[in-house]
Amino acid sequence: MSDEKKLFKVTIDNITIDVEPGTTILHAARTIGGDVTPPAMCYYSKLKGSGGKCRTCLVEVAAGSTADPRPMPKLVASCRTNVMDGMIVKNITSERVQDARAGVVEFLLLNHPLDCPICDQAGECHLQDLGYEHGKEGTRYEFKRRTFEKEDIGPFIQLHMTRCILCYRCTYVADQLTDSRVHGILDRGDHAEISTYISKAIDNDFSGNMIDVCPVGALTDKTFRFKNRVWFTKPVEAHRDCDKCCGKVTLWQRGDEVLRVTARKDQWGEVESYEGKPGWICNTCRFDKKSAKDWVIEGPSNVNRHSVISQGHYVGMQKPKETMPEVMGGRAPKLLMDIHDVSGVNTIDISALPGPATSLNYKKNEQ
Amino acid sequence: MGRKLLLDKAHVENIRLYDVYRREGGYRSVEKALKSMSPDQVTEEVKKSGLRGRGGAGFPTGMKWSFLAKPEGVPRYLVVNADESEPGTFKDRYLMEFIPHLLIEGMITASFALGSKTSYIYIRGEYAWIVDILEQAIAEAKNNGWLGKNILGSGFDCEIYVQRGAGAYICGEETALIESLEGKRGNPRIKPPFPAVKGLWDCPTVVNNVETIAAVVPIINEGGEEYAKIGVGKSTGTKLISACGNLNKPGVYEIDMTISVEEFIYSDEYCGGIPNGKKLKACIPGGSSVPILPANLLLKTAKGETRLMNYESLSDGGFATGSMMGSGGFIVMDDTQCVVKHTYTLARFYRHESCGQCSPCREGTGWMEKILLNLENGKGKMSDIDLLWDIQRKIEGNTICPLGDAAAWPVAAAIRHFRDEFEWHVTNPDDAVRRNYGIGHYADPIHVPVG
Repeated sequence: MSDEKKLFKVTIDNITIDVEPGTTILHAARTIGGDVTPPAMCYYSKLKGSGGKCRTCLVEVAAGSTADPRPMPKLVASCRTNVMDGMIVKNITSERVQDARAGVVEFLLLNHPLDCPICDQAGECHLQDLGYEHGKEGTRYEFKRRTFEKEDIGPFIQLHMTRCILCYRCTYVADQLTDSRVHGILDRGDHAEISTYISKAIDNDFSGNMIDVCPVGALTDKTFRFKNRVWFTKPVEAHRDCDKCCGKVTLWQRGDEVLRVTARKDQWGEVESYEGKPGWICNTCRFDKKSAKDWVIEGPSNVNRHSVISQGHYVGMQKPKETMPEVMGGRAPKLLMDIHDVSGVNTIDISALPGPATSLNYKKNEQ
Repeated sequence: MGRKLLLDKAHVENIRLYDVYRREGGYRSVEKALKSMSPDQVTEEVKKSGLRGRGGAGFPTGMKWSFLAKPEGVPRYLVVNADESEPGTFKDRYLMEFIPHLLIEGMITASFALGSKTSYIYIRGEYAWIVDILEQAIAEAKNNGWLGKNILGSGFDCEIYVQRGAGAYICGEETALIESLEGKRGNPRIKPPFPAVKGLWDCPTVVNNVETIAAVVPIINEGGEEYAKIGVGKSTGTKLISACGNLNKPGVYEIDMTISVEEFIYSDEYCGGIPNGKKLKACIPGGSSVPILPANLLLKTAKGETRLMNYESLSDGGFATGSMMGSGGFIVMDDTQCVVKHTYTLARFYRHESCGQCSPCREGTGWMEKILLNLENGKGKMSDIDLLWDIQRKIEGNTICPLGDAAAWPVAAAIRHFRDEFEWHVTNPDDAVRRNYGIGHYADPIHVPVG
């Protein structure tokens, strides 16, 4: 049967490949890989119905197909547009696309708080990567960024609505992985927010996957919150027998301590598939099994060379020389406030530690 | 005096009631269609009439109907879009309020042509009282055998339901309307698939404007070819225009698309000129989403021809020197109006109505609103004008649904034609809050540089 199947020829940025009918432009580009692949912030191949919203994956279709070689007048969302035989797509070779994408990045960052220094997602944030690769160096926005009322959505997941880019992925997770969805998008336009209608804890066995699909730091792991920077931790592949999920995870360790458990991610930042099924993990594996004893360690994960996580082997660090008093003629700088007092997060003097802090330091302090 | 096809009986007393409507010749088109025509013949007649969608885009209705997929065993739906929320447009309200049976009659005929056994009217939530009018009309039609099972013995069954929206402009976009009708959040769908293939409940669906469906009645009564004789070129038939703004006689007018814009504004038969001896400054000829035109380009095209009230003539010159017929929301501004303030008002509207699904529209509309508010209050900078231009350029065409375009076009057109007024707001910040720029040179028939 398979040899009867006609393959579609599609050219993306002058590279021609054969793909099966019904493939999207984005998937065809991912098959080629490399710079040709458009970035995707809202599309998630394992979630049905996702995509089309963020507009970062816009591409130009220079020729619709061999049968109808007219170009498409508008840029199209590559994640939701299927290829046709003889289609010619321009991504990085199109100035229009680059321009539009820079615009979308600017729009996405418009109301983003840019609080990366205190955001747990930093280092594995898709918006950081997107801004780095496709954005402009500055913003032209001069107004107050929008804020939301804080909402507690339960003991495991921390919601930071200000960081959200409204990709809708977490609502698809709740729809497709769990029995009932208790959160969704409230309101519309620029004041739309992810929320539970009546303040309610999101509580079911697979809710933790919302954290994995979130491209930004809007949904983060409360059990890992402020514990460590991801680039100080070491990702290790591990598994255990779990009656609810596949049990295949990545442990984020510091020394022997397991700081965080996530599902395994592929090179597109999506959850890996096993035997054709996405490897979502359950909340027991994610939040309760925080000891190396619970797991069978397989070995270190492959981390992309370009990721900051692979760069984090800091040893023998030295505290930089304090130059400010010297500059100011011996006076110590006057601080408006001590951020550690105000935030209530850092109860210890981090700069006094020989290396990056671990949760052990915090435990000692609390006792 | 132009011919009236839709509103000629609108002022007959109690035309809202079935008995009066029937006595005045109502439901003839249903009799004709169901007794002597096949569904394809009805579609063919609509095609011949050259009727174009009255909701704004102006897509040929007959062609839209013939695109409807007809797989075996799958129901098809007709949905009438009565979510008339475009600022400046109120023609459907008039039609539904005064002659609801015209819409019901058109719907039965159209449902017959499309094979829709369940048809819906999706009406905006703010038209709460019209829902009662329509439901009464539907009940009357049903009692008299025009709805239900086996209508007029033809074997055709049809039911009509009215569904109220909850007050979102975006639900006037056809796929958002379908989502809302299904009981979901009114977010536009990503196309393709188009509603003609996968619409309501994933079944083939046609979404038409109220006026479009009402126009089916005279088309069937008189025949498509007769209907096509009214009007000019591809603008056939009559069009309802809801005129508002600085006019002596604002209101809903039925025109036959042969009159000039000048005649429409100044003649006593229509709007009766501009009150208090003021001068015409600008006009939005087709509802708030279409580009605004200064007086000199409104009355005459860039080529110096008289501009007529029809699809082709209003869009003559493209967006550089033309506009669009749109939904027929004709907004006239005199020389006391401020274009910057007006553009700000529209930007505020689109910011409020953006569904928030795709990023350019969600973030861009709010940004434009804030910049325009600064400009209006004399706090803007020269660079803000170029920034606005750049923002609208990055929204337009890059969004899922046309709301992004609709938000971008008014800003683009205002800057294109009234840039000196924007600059005046920057250079005279004190004057900008105290008085208006006035008419400028917009009324002079001088050449305006493109874009």
